Amino acid sequence: MPYPPALVAPMREEMTRMGARELTSAAEVDATLGDQKGTMLVFVNSVCGCAAGNARPALHFALQHGVRPQQVVTVFAGQDVEATARARQYFAEYQPSSPSIALLRDGEVVHFVHRHQIEGRAPQDVAADLKAAFDRHFAVAV
Amino acid sequence: MTGHVFHPGHQELHGVTIVLETRGSRTYVGRFHSQDERGVELHDVGVHDALAGGTTKEEFLRRCNRFGIRPEHRDLLVPLDDVASIRRLVDAIG
Repeated sequence: MPYPPALVAPMREEMTRMGARELTSAAEVDATLGDQKGTMLVFVNSVCGCAAGNARPALHFALQHGVRPQQVVTVFAGQDVEATARARQYFAEYQPSSPSIALLRDGEVVHFVHRHQIEGRAPQDVAADLKAAFDRHFAVAV
Repeated sequence: MTGHVFHPGHQELHGVTIVLETRGSRTYVGRFHSQDERGVELHDVGVHDALAGGTTKEEFLRRCNRFGIRPEHRDLLVPLDDVASIRRLVDAIG
């Protein structure tokens, strides 16, 4: 059962403040992830106070990096159930977990961060891994 | 338990994805819930059985780390007598 909207509102706002676009329906997910071009980060948000509470600041730090995805979108597990289920179909090779982070390039998942890779780690450490992944997968060769 | 508490008010490993090796052929990967005199309770648990053939335990753990855990048990209680070791999944991957 979803948590009260007022409880999760700050968790949504934390993402939108850093420029993430919320996808709250399957149609929005399909419109965004279907035939996706360029680079994108998909964050599966969660109410988990500890794992997601580390993941959101980690994203904030990572998105300050010089190399970053062209688009950042988010679905909210346990809240926007339909949107989350549809988004997970786009990275079905990976078992569902929340919070989690998928990096996509032209519709292909090039990097995935599971909940277990966030648990108990400092946001700066998770961010460092994300920045390395941005460099590896999103940097434009010159 | 001492040290960093991942979920305040709970045991240190509460909510953390761990590898539980048994004294038998089975290895479990799942989220630690609690430990008491009955045993260790896990959620969303994947299983590797060395007697079943197929992938090695190391390959099973590598796949869990890369692709996530395919749960075979929503909840599982492993009796304490059967527990050989508990490590975080991220620590179990070389």
